[in-house]
This record gives sequence, C-alpha cells and structure tokens, in this order.
Amino acid sequence: MKILHSEEIQLLRNLAKEFADKEIRPLAVQIDREENIPEKLIKKLGEVGLLGTAFPEKYGGGGFGEVGFCVAQEEVTKACGSTAALIGAHQSIGANAIYIGGSEELKMKYLPLLTSGEKIAAFALTEAEAGSDAFNLQTKAEYKNGKWILNGEKIWITNGAIADVFSVFARTDKGITGFVVERNFPGVNIGPDEKKLGIRGSRTNAVYFDNVEIPEENMIGENGRGFITAMKTLDSGRIGIGACSVGGAKEILQLSVNYATQRKQFGKPISSFQAIQFMLAEMSTKIYAMESMLYRVAEKYDEGKDISEEAAMVKLFCSEGVSEVADKALQIHGGMGFSRELPIERFYRDARILRIFEGTSEIQKLIISRKTLKNKGVWKY
Amino acid sequence: MKIAVCVSHVPDTATKVIIGSDGKSIDPSGVTYVVNPYDEFAIEEALKTKEQLGGEVVVISLGTDANKESIRKALAMGADSGVLLKDENQRDSFGVAKALAEEIKNQGAEIVFFGKQSVDYDNSITGQLTAELLGYNCVTVVVDLKIDGNKVIAEREIEGGREVVETSLPVVITAQKGLNEPRYASLKGIMAAKRKTIEEKEAAPAENYVEILRMKKPAPKQPGKILGSDASAVPELIRLLREEAKVI
Ligand SMILES: Cc1cc2nc3c(=O)[nH]c(=O)nc-3n(C[C@H](O)[C@H](O)[C@H](O)COP(=O)(O)OP(=O)(O)OC[C@H]3O[C@@H](n4cnc5c(N)ncnc54)[C@H](O)[C@@H]3O)c2cc1C
Repeated sequence: MKILHSEEIQLLRNLAKEFADKEIRPLAVQIDREENIPEKLIKKLGEVGLLGTAFPEKYGGGGFGEVGFCVAQEEVTKACGSTAALIGAHQSIGANAIYIGGSEELKMKYLPLLTSGEKIAAFALTEAEAGSDAFNLQTKAEYKNGKWILNGEKIWITNGAIADVFSVFARTDKGITGFVVERNFPGVNIGPDEKKLGIRGSRTNAVYFDNVEIPEENMIGENGRGFITAMKTLDSGRIGIGACSVGGAKEILQLSVNYATQRKQFGKPISSFQAIQFMLAEMSTKIYAMESMLYRVAEKYDEGKDISEEAAMVKLFCSEGVSEVADKALQIHGGMGFSRELPIERFYRDARILRIFEGTSEIQKLIISRKTLKNKGVWKY
Repeated sequence: MKIAVCVSHVPDTATKVIIGSDGKSIDPSGVTYVVNPYDEFAIEEALKTKEQLGGEVVVISLGTDANKESIRKALAMGADSGVLLKDENQRDSFGVAKALAEEIKNQGAEIVFFGKQSVDYDNSITGQLTAELLGYNCVTVVVDLKIDGNKVIAEREIEGGREVVETSLPVVITAQKGLNEPRYASLKGIMAAKRKTIEEKEAAPAENYVEILRMKKPAPKQPGKILGSDASAVPELIRLLREEAKVI
C-alpha cells in the first residue's frame, strides 16, 4: 500500500476528485437519463489526462500504472458509473490490448492518439456465440495480397458508437489474432445503442465487419497469439473493475451515512438504530476488504507479476461487494432509495454490470478454482 | 522576469474544524488541507502572466512539511520551482509577511501574487504587509489585470462596483474570485512536478505582534421554521424577518 499513499498518487487522487466534482458529477443525472456522455466531457477527460492515466509517458500517458488508474477510476465512479465505463473500455481494455500485445511501431502509431483522447478506443471480443466462451469466436480474418480481410460480427461493444479504433479479435489460419481496426475503414458498421439497466450513458453496440481491409502492420503482436493478448488485457481490465466497485461503494457509504444521520423516525435519527448501524458496519468492512485486495493486486501487477487468478478474485469479490453495499444503501434510504430523486438507485443499477462484463462472476470462479486445484490447495500468495 | 506566487495551506472549507485542547489552535487531526482557494486564482494569474511575458514562476509557502502538498499542486499546474520557508510555530500576519518579503527579495521577483485572503484566519492583510516591507506597489482584490511593459492596469472589486487603477512594477497583486478560471493540474503536470525541486530553508525570524488568546465555535445554527405553504404565510414571514431576524 506504500505506492497508494505516495505523494504523486495522492496528487492524482486530488486532481481526479476535483475534476469529477466539477466536471462529471453535475452531469451524472443527465448522462443517465439522456443515455449519452457529452462529447465536450470526453474532450476534457483527454485534456486533463484521464484517458491515458496508466500508460508510460512516452506514449503520452500519465505514467501512473495500474495503481494510478485504479485511484482515478475510483474517483470517476464516485461521480458517474457510465463515464467510468467509457474510460475503462477505452483505456483499460481497448488501448491496453495494443499496449500489451502490440509491436513498438503499432504502439507509437495509436497510443499517443488514444492517451490524448484525440481518438477513442473499444475492445471487441464478444460475439453471439462467444460470451463466456470467448474462445468460440467466429469472426474471420484472411490474408490476401498483403492485407487482412475481416468478416464477422461483434456484440455488446462498449464505446461502439463513439470509438475510432477497435481492438478486434478474429480467427486466422493460425488461431485467434488481434487487429486494430479503424472506424473509418470501409466495411465497418455500427449497430443501434443497446437499451440497458445501468451505465446507460455508456454506449453499447454491435459492430459489423464486411470485407474490411486491414493493413498488415495493424496486427496486434503475432499471428495466432491474440487470445493470450486478450486474456492478459482482461487481467488488467478486471483490476480496473475492482476499482469501479470500490469507488462506487465508497460513494454510497457516504450517501448512506449522510442520510441515516439526518432522517428521523420514532423521534430520532435512524442512525441511532442498531439495525442501521450494523448495516453501515458491514458496508465499511466490506469496502475495507475490497480496497485492500484491489491495491495489493494492482501493485503486484505494476511489479510485472503474473496475477491472473488474483485479478479474477478482485473482480469477483469487489463486483459482488459493491452490489451488496448498494443493496444495503438502498434499504437504509427506504422509499427515497427507490426514488429517482436521489442517486442511490442509479448506483444500484450501475453496479450490476460489474458482475457481468469482462467475465461473469461464474467465469471468475472457474479461473480461481482451476488455480486453487492446480496448487493442490497450497497457499501461494 | 521572475514571478512569485505565495500560497497558504489551509483546512478544506468542507471539513469540520475542531478546536485543539489548548483552546487557541485548530486540532489538525482529521482535517484535510488544501491550497487556499483564493491562492488558486493567484497561481493561475502567475502562470498566465508567465505565458504572456515569459520568465518563470516560483511558489513560496511558509509553514511545515505538510505545505509541500500545496506547493506540489502549484508545480503540477505549471509553476517552475518551489520554496518552503520552514517554521513549526504559529506566526501572525506580520511574521508571515516578513519571511515572505525576505524570500521574494532573495528571488528578485518583481511581480508577486497572493490570494486576497487566506480562508483559515481571514486577516486579508499578508499581501499588503509584504508589499510594504518590500517597498512594492500593491493592488488588492483584483478581478482583472493587464501588465504592459512597466505599466500595470488592474480592476479591483469595491463595495457596489469596480475601480480601475494604474500603477507600475514592482507590484504585489492580491487575487479575488473572478480574476480567472484556475486550470486543472494535468496528469502530465503531476509527473513533471515530481522532477521539479522544492527548496527548503528556515523562515526569516520575526516577532509576533498579535497573540491568539482563544478560539470559539460560532453559536449553532437555529433550526428552520416552516410557516405554511401558501400566500397566507406571507404576513407572518414578513413580521418575523422584520422583528426577529431584523433583516428587512
Ligand atoms: C453493458 C455491457 C458491455 C459490454 N462491453 C463489452 C466490450 O466492450 N467488449 C466485449 O468484448 N464484450 C463486452 N460485453 C460482453 C460481456 O463480456 C459478456 O456479456 C459476458 O462475458 C457474458 O457473456 P454472455 O452475455 O454471452 O453470457 P453467457 O456466456 O451466455 O452466460 C449466461 C450465464 O451462464 C453462466 N455461464 C456461462 N458459462 C458458464 C460455465 N462454464 N460455468 C458456469 N456458468 C456459466 C454465466 O456466468 C451467466 O450467468 C459487454 C456486455 C454488457 C452487458
């Protein structure tokens, strides 16, 4: 936790908080109702540096690593889950696939444009027949006359409607391979916005590829190594989802304490009832555990250690945790928790996706249990 | 051109202040400290002045190691270097001005920015005292500033209106809200600030002329009253505003 409390991470948190308070929170209700994040806000996120927090400075990033990314995502999520989803899909998986798997030339070609927010990224893995079973993807890329020809359909793509650059995973002669596909390559089409329960401001779309020509240099890493790149990218993405969970949970704890100390029933504040106090105690303890494991794993990730199953644990525990915290927060608020007048119901809805995308809770358990069995139950952390 | 900006490190206005056990100081535990809000306008104006005239911006703060956080923030916004004048003891405004003036002289800064007041003790005087000690011109509560060669034209807020004044360098300007829109420290700025130095030195000694005897909490706010929800409540409202609150 040393890095978490270092001076520059503290400055980063202060900046992200100040930005979120002034620029994002005032728009959060509008973003949710209008199901769109204003372009102006996305531009400002790029200017301040929040679209490239983790990446090294030579790619135009902030140089703050996974820990810094998590701190910033916490602060953004406290204000607006939709905006955090946009940033996560752009940075933590979309651009990150290029960073993790791409050649130096490919990184120099795209990352500076993405970290500055000049271009927005998306990560396109999921297909109709390849959700939890991502390995079953059917999108095809064929090599012809020095170019790759891409055909297929991706679904549920966060930032689909706004992205300029897609990290797409397709099947080639050698297995699954990643490609950087630009929105304006002929043959790329975007489906209508999905209508969703939560993170409504984050745009989710199907993306269609119809004989899209991709220059050879846009292959992410080697032919046939794409699935490994996708899985490594998701390791980092899952830690980021832990951060959204922690940020959201901290915000609703604060809202719940405020409400419980003000709302009076039976002649006293409801915070004087032990039933309410115990809910608050459980929420605090849960958040403490979530935050502790999040930064333990994020620091390990920045040290270059293999944390696949630990990232799965973070994703599982934190996403389930924030749902529990949100449920208690709603209960503490009574009828007002159910009302759209207060932000609780939005946080409750926005938290729900965290247990589904980037691998459902069940899939995280598969990853973790596989490792637990492989280690024969010997504790290796 | 050397431009100095003096910043104080103050309790966040959102934190609940608790009076320490000695009865005359603030208990710092649990209080978050921030750059004095008016100093943010001062920092922004210093940076804009540098962008316009060239030169460099030095941030000066008097206090303890904790003040480095505020200095770093100014560096992350774009200031070039920082100086921490160390003193563990509480000083009055004159003591602060004395140390700052000494350092400004040291730096050879000819344009100096302050916030119009520090939101901790609210004395609204450090900028003026510093100007006097330096023999610089001084314009306070500034909402618009133009520097052209040696000439300084400043608009200052006065009761019910604005006053435009002209003076010349060297000058101390104290910033009022509205002077500008402070920029965010960008992520790149934070990393760049890591590579900038904060020089630490002992603050020049000074006598205190003012001693704090006691701190008191203001009386708790009275709960609100609801007189009714339609026009029939208006006469009673007017009576209370006139006789009880004595505001109309
Ligand atoms: C809002 C949103 C945004 C998204 N953004 C992106 C994106 O940007 N990029 C992208 O590529 N994808 C994205 N996705 C897709 C997301 O990752 C998938 O929805 C998710 O992985 C689950 O796949 P599925 O929906 O096909 O569910 P299914 O795989 O059909 O799962 C249905 C249920 O079966 C369970 N299940 C499946 N297999 C097993 C098993 N072996 N053992 C036990 N239980 C199992 C699941 O846990 C789940 O409960 C997004 C989805 C949503 C809803």
